Amino acid sequence: MTSFTKPLIRRRNEPTNELGLVRADYDGAMSTLCAGCGHDAVTASMARAFFELSIEPHRAVKVSGIGCSSKTTAYFLRESHGINTVHGRMPSVATGAIAANHELTYIGVSGDGDSLSIGLGQFVHAMRRNVNMLYMLENNGVYGLTKGQFSAAADMGSTAKKGAVNELPPIDPVSLALAVGATFVARAFSGDREQLVPLIKAGLKHKGFGLIDVISPCVSFNDHKGSTKSYEHTYKYYNPAVHADYVPPSKQIKAAYDAGDIMPIELHDGGQITLRKLENGYDPRDRAAAVNKLFESGQSNEIITGLLYIDEDHKDMHEMARMEDRPLNEIPYAELNPGAAKLKELQKGFR
Amino acid sequence: MKPTNTRNPDYYHKVVDCQWACPAHTPVPQYIRLIAQGRYGDAYLLNRESNVFPGVLGRVCDRPCEPACRRGRLEDEPVAICRLKRVAADHREDITDKLPKKPAKTNGKKIALIGAGPASFTVANDLAPLGYECTIFEKLSEPGGLMRSNIPAFRLPEKVLSEELDCILDMGVELKLNSPIESMSALLEQDWDAVFVGTGAPRGKDLNLEGRWEDGVKDKIHIGIDWLESVAFEHTKAIGKKVLIIGVGNTAMDCCRTSLRLGAKNVKVMARKPRQFFKASVWELEDAEEENIEIMINHSPKAFVHKDGKLTGMVFELMQYEIDDTGRITDQKVTGETTIPCDDVILAIGQDNAFPWIEDDAGIELDKWQVPVVDETTFESTRKGVFFGGDSAFGPKNIIWAVEHGHQAAISIHKHCQGKMLTGRLPNEVDMAPTKMGMFEWRYSNSYDDAERRQMNHVELTKRFAELDVEVELGFTPEQIATEVERCLNCDIQTVFEPSLCEECDACIDICPVECLSMTEDADEAELRASLSVSEKIEGQDLYVSDALPLTKRVMIKDENVCLHCGLCAERCPTAAWDMQEALIQIHHADDQDKEM
Repeated sequence: MTSFTKPLIRRRNEPTNELGLVRADYDGAMSTLCAGCGHDAVTASMARAFFELSIEPHRAVKVSGIGCSSKTTAYFLRESHGINTVHGRMPSVATGAIAANHELTYIGVSGDGDSLSIGLGQFVHAMRRNVNMLYMLENNGVYGLTKGQFSAAADMGSTAKKGAVNELPPIDPVSLALAVGATFVARAFSGDREQLVPLIKAGLKHKGFGLIDVISPCVSFNDHKGSTKSYEHTYKYYNPAVHADYVPPSKQIKAAYDAGDIMPIELHDGGQITLRKLENGYDPRDRAAAVNKLFESGQSNEIITGLLYIDEDHKDMHEMARMEDRPLNEIPYAELNPGAAKLKELQKGFR
Repeated sequence: MKPTNTRNPDYYHKVVDCQWACPAHTPVPQYIRLIAQGRYGDAYLLNRESNVFPGVLGRVCDRPCEPACRRGRLEDEPVAICRLKRVAADHREDITDKLPKKPAKTNGKKIALIGAGPASFTVANDLAPLGYECTIFEKLSEPGGLMRSNIPAFRLPEKVLSEELDCILDMGVELKLNSPIESMSALLEQDWDAVFVGTGAPRGKDLNLEGRWEDGVKDKIHIGIDWLESVAFEHTKAIGKKVLIIGVGNTAMDCCRTSLRLGAKNVKVMARKPRQFFKASVWELEDAEEENIEIMINHSPKAFVHKDGKLTGMVFELMQYEIDDTGRITDQKVTGETTIPCDDVILAIGQDNAFPWIEDDAGIELDKWQVPVVDETTFESTRKGVFFGGDSAFGPKNIIWAVEHGHQAAISIHKHCQGKMLTGRLPNEVDMAPTKMGMFEWRYSNSYDDAERRQMNHVELTKRFAELDVEVELGFTPEQIATEVERCLNCDIQTVFEPSLCEECDACIDICPVECLSMTEDADEAELRASLSVSEKIEGQDLYVSDALPLTKRVMIKDENVCLHCGLCAERCPTAAWDMQEALIQIHHADDQDKEM
């Protein structure tokens, strides 16, 4: 626990966004995680991304499950909507919320424990439905809140703090996402916010399910020699392969790009994601190439990061299910609830 | 960029803006912490080591520290540093036992100090405890120099001044009053080992306009500093109903407020230029305006008007100025004239040095402005063994500068009397002391307090003018003290970074409430600054650049301009790569010059 709070200070010449808000307006309560936790860096990156996108905090929704990572929704966007759900059930609650009002910006925050064990079923079905949300999976390979047992994301051969060796194969959320049809799949590292912040912005603007699997070291239980999710290990094997920038519609430069240098991907809102640092003609729109790339990098212990796969053309849940376009709270009551007679009529049609 | 060398004693000193700005380098945050603990006597003694007259300066200092205060860059108002100094002086217990003592025996070296002002008293304060026989010569009947003659008693009570002068005299310093030095040559022929001149800048400027020397006029036109002296020594006890003050510096403020206390009813301060060019300190202007003094801008004096052998008014030209974007006057023109009636005029338009008593053949070179040629480090004149300090050295400045000149001259005199090189002075040093007490516990109050500056309470206007010596400022109440001390950001508790411990988790960057940290690829200064959230450069404030970090070879950078010294980076750091350490800036005076270098 902490005994201090971060003071709110308005400085002179502080940068503001298009809404006239400052970065600190996107902060939340003081983090109670361990000092040095990777999750805090991810939280700060999310706050910065929302700030830079000039999203009104009250037009954002934060949903999470249980765990250290799931606590972090309290630590950013203090003036937005949010719910901490039952362990592993965040995707269902998010799906329901989006069905009710798909005009808000949804961000789910979860961890490797919440998503890959108890919540695995929920997680994959949200992906295959292409629910329009950004899902941050803060991955540290352990159950931090219960003192460091291996999670389903722990690599084979990696050791726990006291030396026990993990003999089970890991579930890789990125491979899983590619397999079940997520339309925006990325891996990142809490230590590289130059990559992470633009990636979050792109994920928030992508229409459909976005997954960012963030390696986010646990300083208390998984930051030792033998860990493959420590700061030292991640910095050592880190390969920022694909850098994604979100360019809003207003700031687009209509220029011809050199192929292989920068690859622009048009988004539904008229904005654009531009991809940089592409190696050997790698095309993140090619799912097979993404799967191959992951496999290759896994062979060499390399941690490949960046936007590995994107499909901007796939319908999202709202469209596939032909749901009401207006948020439910904007529909007049009489229309929303046409009465018992109408219900009877409807039921008659099913007999 | 080259990694910052924090061992350079000036690096952390500069971060302590107030201490860096103070000519005598008073350790401000350190004494404010002592006040916060109720250790008023210790706070007073700490002040006294640097500035010798905490009681006086806590009331009338020019306060170069306050415009420099970091708090002023954060919000509008700096910490009331000067007022807190007065708190230490007002509330101190008996500290007589802790003051430097008269030594058991002297070292036989005789020092003549000319002029009993702050500079001479500082030299005596530094040298007498070392065994020097100091003799101060004063032409007036009371010591204190301008602190007594020019600063009115309603700003600086006589008792406060006398107490602080007496404790220096008690160190065995001889004071010869009513003893003007009329010949430097004669003095030098006597048996002095060193002579220090601290005679101030005693000659007020005159205004030779039409009508100045007419009978009935000339006696009604007063030179500001002379007039204040005459009031202080009770030679002048009254003034006319309508008074004009010419000039708008701090002396003018003292003149106008003193006039009100001698019976003037309508006092106007006449300024040639607009307000932004006023020389007076903002707070002195405010205090005068609180007493309903009218300050008239753009009035340039032209002539004195008299009728029937009596001063009746003054003619002013009405000025108009062209001012460019940088605030400089590029053009001016006269748009008309006006006559303002008055009974008396006080001239407060500056003062000059005057050394009629230094003979041309005394071996002391004066420059074309009749100011002595003085070395800026040693304060020695062109004659060996003769030193200058205070306003007499480089022209009118203020008390705190006079004190610093005194300290430096005392070092020189000490070296001179030992036959050592004057330039072999001890350099400043910095000692770092840990402040960590436990988890999230430091031995300073690190949490940011957003209280606004406390306003000094003043005696009611109706009670202020009855006597000349009713002190206007009442001092802080206990509640005001408790609040104001917490406004200090403790800039001397430094954020010390050890790159080899950093594991680049970004925790410090995220917790910093003013976003003054960043980790980035090493580059030139402009590029590094661009990676900060506020990249504006404030003059004199450095960018800290660490050695390369172990994991990625990036560097940690910190903008010293906005850091609050709140310690959150150190609290949040999992490896203690950031630590809060107190930088004790060692400023040496005469008493520790004999230490091994």
